[in-house]
Amino acid sequence: MTAAQADAAARRAPAARQGFSYATRVRLTRWIIFAGLLLAWEVYGQTLANPRLISPPSGVLYALFSEILADSRIVTAIFESFREVIVAYVASIVLGLAIGLGVGWSNFGRRSFFPIVLLLYAIPQVILLPLFVLIFGIGPACKIAFGISHGVFPIIVNVIAGMRNVNPLYLRSAASMGGSAVDVARHIYFPHMVPSLFTGLRLGMTMTLLGVILAELYVSTQGIGYWTKVYAETFDPAPLLALIAVLALMAIILNSLVRVGERRFTRWRN
Amino acid sequence: MSDASTFTTRSIQIAFVAIMIGVWYGVTTTGSVTPLFLPPIDAVKSAFVRLVQTGQFWSAVRVTLTTIAQAWLIAVVMGILVAYLVTRSKFLVAVFEPVIASTFAIPLTLLFPLFILFFGIGPNSKVAYAATYGFFPVALNTIAGLSSVNEHYLRAARSMGASGFDTFRHVLFPAAFPVILTGLRVSFFISFASVLGGETLSSAAGIGKNIALAAELMEPARMYAWIVFVICTTVTLNFVVSAFENRRREY
Repeated sequence: MTAAQADAAARRAPAARQGFSYATRVRLTRWIIFAGLLLAWEVYGQTLANPRLISPPSGVLYALFSEILADSRIVTAIFESFREVIVAYVASIVLGLAIGLGVGWSNFGRRSFFPIVLLLYAIPQVILLPLFVLIFGIGPACKIAFGISHGVFPIIVNVIAGMRNVNPLYLRSAASMGGSAVDVARHIYFPHMVPSLFTGLRLGMTMTLLGVILAELYVSTQGIGYWTKVYAETFDPAPLLALIAVLALMAIILNSLVRVGERRFTRWRN
Repeated sequence: MSDASTFTTRSIQIAFVAIMIGVWYGVTTTGSVTPLFLPPIDAVKSAFVRLVQTGQFWSAVRVTLTTIAQAWLIAVVMGILVAYLVTRSKFLVAVFEPVIASTFAIPLTLLFPLFILFFGIGPNSKVAYAATYGFFPVALNTIAGLSSVNEHYLRAARSMGASGFDTFRHVLFPAAFPVILTGLRVSFFISFASVLGGETLSSAAGIGKNIALAAELMEPARMYAWIVFVICTTVTLNFVVSAFENRRREY
């Protein structure tokens, strides 16, 4: 082996030793940082932390099985909020599509009503939460209604934005070939608005979750809001963190499902 | 957009508001809606006047505004700082950007009980909650802005001997500024809504607390006075911000 060859081999070696692709290294780094943080939290929680404020991850995991999942009332509350999110989300999609298509159909509708929709979207709806409770009571109806009021706006906005991007030539040619309103919606608007629609559906899920959780936390006499209040007021962080983790996991799973759907339905465009 | 169509659009919007007020007036005077859900406009007006006269109004507004200002400031500083550190390398952006983005998709309201546990029901828990929520749009937009700065500018700055801070101050920040500005705007409105939300959920003072309290005490007129006030404030703020942005875009 000549000196030049050895040099080249030595230069190649590190790359060969690392062996991981860029994407794997990114993911690996992410997991290492995550594990490091978890470990630091565990050590901090076991030693220095005030046990009335912070519980180590092991304590949270223990509380998850011994207190949260073992208590059928809490499990029922979690399933109840899951059901509320689903119902609110489906209703948001139906309402959002109907209103979005109605407003976005004509130039006139878009120009006159879209700014109104945007204005309503900009209002911090949380100030209406006490009003929702006054009207719908403290049961699931209130949480579903509040979830819809949050989830419907991003869907409307993105449906309208998607319709605006459709090439007017397609609409004119469909009209000249005698396409009905249903034909136009089915064959022109829907296929072209898919990316924008799915952005709306993704944001709609995030907002529906936000609305339902806000209403759940506000109604502190029952459901999840009751339990978070109890744990926070009795300075019992382990079950509180476990409950929050379960709900966050629910949110993550629902968000990923929407994202999987988005990828599946937008694939044909690439 | 031509002047004529702007005029038409504006008229329709004004008509919309007028119709809403008309409907409100109509259903409350004919009594088709119970005053508990929708009190008459006059009652709301006099409730608002009473609020201002008793001084409750200004003390609540002051608490809420201070909380929003603190939360937003923290969100902006932390967001830009984190984004600056993350954009030091493409690898770090690839590691952290998706994590920050997908965390923002979780309803962070879930953390609110934790903040109550840590900071109590005073304004500090609202500051922490709103700052956490407001951090994300600043960080995400600043990362997007900083990592899309043209590579040539950076290389030119470096070749002319600019230090790290010089590059940030004179090249990176100005180039990314429009995108960062969007982040700041979104963050402000999120902080605004989060503070009001936090106050509504659990608080000792502020506008949100007053709305929740009025609802609990079955005083809809007072509740609506606050709601109308917040809505008018938001709409005005939105107009001001979008006018400002349009002006900037014309430059």
